[in-house]
Amino acid sequence: MKLKRTVIAAALAALAGAANAQVSDGIIKIGVMNDMSGLYADIAGPGSVVAAKMAVDDFGAAKKGMKVEVVGADHQNKPDIGSSIANQWYDVDKVDAIFDVPTSSVALAVSEITRKKGKAFLVSGAATSDLSGKACSPNTIHWTYDTWMLANGTGTAIVKTGGDTWFFLTADYAFGHALERDTETAVLKNGGKVLGKVRHPFPGQDFSSFLLQAQASKAKIIGLANAGGDTINSIKQAAEFGIVKGGQNLAGLLVFITDIHSLGLQTAQGLIFTESFYWDLNDGTRAWSKRFAAANGGKYPSMVQAGVYSSVLHYLKAIEAAKTDDGTKVIAQMKKMPTDDPLFGKGSIRRDGRKIHPAYLVEVKKPSESKGPYDYYKIRATIPADQAFRPEKDGGCNL
Amino acid sequence: MPRAQKIALGSMAAFFLLAPLAVYPVFLMKAMCFALFACAFNLLIGFGGLLSFGHAMFLGTAGYVAAHAAKVWGLPPEFAILAGTAAAALLGLVTGLLAIRRQGIYFAMITLALAQMVFFFCVQAPFTGGEDGIQAVPRGRLFGVLDLANVWAMYATVFVIFIAGFMLIYRVIHSPFGQVLKAIRENEQRAISLGYDVNRYKLLAYLLSATLAGLAGATKALVFQLASLTDVHWSMSGEVVLMTLLGGLGTVFGPVVGAFVIITMENYLSQIGAWVTVVQGAIFVVCVLTFRRGIVGELANWLRKPL
Amino acid sequence: MDTIFGVPTQALFGQLLIGLINGSFYALLSLGLAVIFGLLNIINFTHGAQYMMGAFVAYFLANKAGLGYWWSLVLVPLVVGFTGVIIERLMLSKLYKLDHLYGLLLTFGLALIIQGLFRNQYGTSGLPYAMPAELAGGRNLGFMFLPNYRAWVIVASLAVCIGTWFVIEKTKLGSYLRAATENPALVQAFGINVPRMITLTYGFGVALAAFAGVMAAPIYQVSPQMGADLIIVVFAVVVIGGMGSIMGSIVTGFALGLLEGLTKVFYPEASNTVIFVIMAIVLMVKPAGLFGAQK
Repeated sequence: MKLKRTVIAAALAALAGAANAQVSDGIIKIGVMNDMSGLYADIAGPGSVVAAKMAVDDFGAAKKGMKVEVVGADHQNKPDIGSSIANQWYDVDKVDAIFDVPTSSVALAVSEITRKKGKAFLVSGAATSDLSGKACSPNTIHWTYDTWMLANGTGTAIVKTGGDTWFFLTADYAFGHALERDTETAVLKNGGKVLGKVRHPFPGQDFSSFLLQAQASKAKIIGLANAGGDTINSIKQAAEFGIVKGGQNLAGLLVFITDIHSLGLQTAQGLIFTESFYWDLNDGTRAWSKRFAAANGGKYPSMVQAGVYSSVLHYLKAIEAAKTDDGTKVIAQMKKMPTDDPLFGKGSIRRDGRKIHPAYLVEVKKPSESKGPYDYYKIRATIPADQAFRPEKDGGCNL
Repeated sequence: MPRAQKIALGSMAAFFLLAPLAVYPVFLMKAMCFALFACAFNLLIGFGGLLSFGHAMFLGTAGYVAAHAAKVWGLPPEFAILAGTAAAALLGLVTGLLAIRRQGIYFAMITLALAQMVFFFCVQAPFTGGEDGIQAVPRGRLFGVLDLANVWAMYATVFVIFIAGFMLIYRVIHSPFGQVLKAIRENEQRAISLGYDVNRYKLLAYLLSATLAGLAGATKALVFQLASLTDVHWSMSGEVVLMTLLGGLGTVFGPVVGAFVIITMENYLSQIGAWVTVVQGAIFVVCVLTFRRGIVGELANWLRKPL
Repeated sequence: MDTIFGVPTQALFGQLLIGLINGSFYALLSLGLAVIFGLLNIINFTHGAQYMMGAFVAYFLANKAGLGYWWSLVLVPLVVGFTGVIIERLMLSKLYKLDHLYGLLLTFGLALIIQGLFRNQYGTSGLPYAMPAELAGGRNLGFMFLPNYRAWVIVASLAVCIGTWFVIEKTKLGSYLRAATENPALVQAFGINVPRMITLTYGFGVALAAFAGVMAAPIYQVSPQMGADLIIVVFAVVVIGGMGSIMGSIVTGFALGLLEGLTKVFYPEASNTVIFVIMAIVLMVKPAGLFGAQK
């Protein structure tokens, strides 16, 4: 079977190679790679594939005579599985572009492979700001958010609203350190003070002793430089130890709406963090999210899934304009065109591959303030697009 | 070499030589690396009777050292692989000295504990890159001549390493050393009464197993140009047990078949990654209850010839 | 004195108390494992998955049957213990005449299946389980704020541990069990139904795991992963304590909790590893464990 496919593909490639102003194999193949079954399955997972398909439909590919196919794969948060899939997709399955990829270690690996093979990579799920910094590439665009945006947004905004003494509870691995470092910089820059930090082993289960230390520090804000299950456990146990009742506030540095859904408002109320998308922001986001939920089993979209929709849409528009699906050329085209969709509004893509759009500082509602499931956030502040992301010169990207 | 085994060896070599024309070569290279890993593991359990639940520490540590050597020190691939293998050997010596004195369940538990310590070390140590792992590892030019970025050159290299490792294990198993090892597995007390220093034999087997597992890990790091935490996690230790069990404990070709089947299954189920764990667990349960000889073991039993 | 080794005394006591609480969790979890290994010579790798099932069944009872925490404490161990009985009858009993390592591999495989199935069904974000109202809140002890629930954990854990130890070491039933594992044929000749005792013992060990799961549900995230990494730590506890010794596991569980608590104060990054370092040392010096007898 594989032999036959390889032969046909080779023949097509030979034919297509002659007319390089055309789409390869006649099909635009989009690969959505993420964690379908583990830690990030709810944030991205099958929902991202749904978002991608919605983007293809909304673009009207069929009416424009463009054949677009969407495939998905589970990288299980492991860089070796992710790179195997990327290699196989590009070499054998003729995938033209990969989307999503949460988990920074996998994203970095896929970015490298994409660059070697001259394809396109639109990252929505991964957080590391290195993707538009020292690991930047002419074949990669970093979409939805990154660690700098989170750290700076949350750190700056909280200090400005009075939360000027901080204590960090950090997951002891590269990502946690990076979050802590970026947030500390933002806090200090705005005149805040860091009263202490403690590193917990990753992954952790019981945070009581670390929370005790945070309580003893009497810092106004306890910054949770961790993610996923660690954040959820930290928040749950903080509630148990009466931390919020005792007057301290928790700042989540990487929190998604699915985490709040799993914690419940009773426990999560008062949590402050930054996101770049919320379904209830405006009419555009509401309409889209209701359509998404209907196609996704009633689950509302996370910012990662919204990012997949937005990036697929822009990608297809760029192919239409550039009349080719050669990865490097399409990425260059995407950077030339400003972005506009109902989810992120108007934005642009910088030369270093960083997508720019506004970010929002949100606070979790009290149970009494919420009218139903997923009605969880109050928007505390909007961070304008030009301030939300790290300045291009500070990134260390040499594109 | 008996005829059945000669045929098996010939078929295996022929398969891996010809398959890359039809099957994605990177997939086959992965299969060969894991096959070597499983064969090394089998040396310890199938012939030495020692179940190590921490073999991932050798695979992963060698991978990290090889990746670091190639990327940061800029060593050519043959030295990078050598460095990785040597690191695994050293780790094998240290952990072996600690673990060998105990048997059975205790041995398994202590290897598990030691492997966990190595895992936590790798999570924190800066040179491993933590969650990101060591990425973009250059393959380099083998012996300064052969550019391994070319997939066929890399494939040939991996093939040679695999066959060499396999033959080494074969020779060890069928040597006087191997015989003593089997005797120790069957009845340790009797072996002691015959005057053999059983601890030395066990340690040597452990060391050999660790070194070859390291060879597999170092090679894999260059094939995928990546070294990550997955390779030192305890679930990787569990996987190699599964591969060997499925293929046939104590058979020569069993681990190769077992590794190939498991890698293939993971590849095909990767679209629905969630089911991989369940299927692996089911294979464990079925093998232990009704299929203890494993695929090659059952075949050998049917043919009434050792395989 | 105001500080010990640079840490304020008050804070140190707080951390030690937390360590004790965690230790009581370890003791409770390792109790089930110790019972199963001590009496049946089986390494129950499924223990972590059964702990997880305990928490999930508690969640179901709360959400589908409206039965709260206190009901769960009684019903969940029975339900999950029953599944343990089925596992033993259908699968484990076939392996007794073989090398013990096969039992380990079987339970390992079962753990993978159970965890995989739950993960397919429930994802990994975890499910919320409410703190029982009677135990919510806490009191300020001066050096720290102690949630009532955590105090309850120590009390319940001690009660169950001591109770189990008493039954096994000091009662007639316990002596039958111990005799049955040392010499099954002889004990069977006395008219005692040995296979049934073995089955019930396994079921009891599993029930203990599930009980720990219910205790964990209000404070730790109820997710399919919750047992996976914990199981290795619990193994370490049992091995250090002595794989056949019930008292050994209890004492070691508490002691290790305290030690881990201390590590979290002085060198938190190593708090994951300290247990394994101790295990490696103990295995080299006294392979049967601190309280164990070499079998």
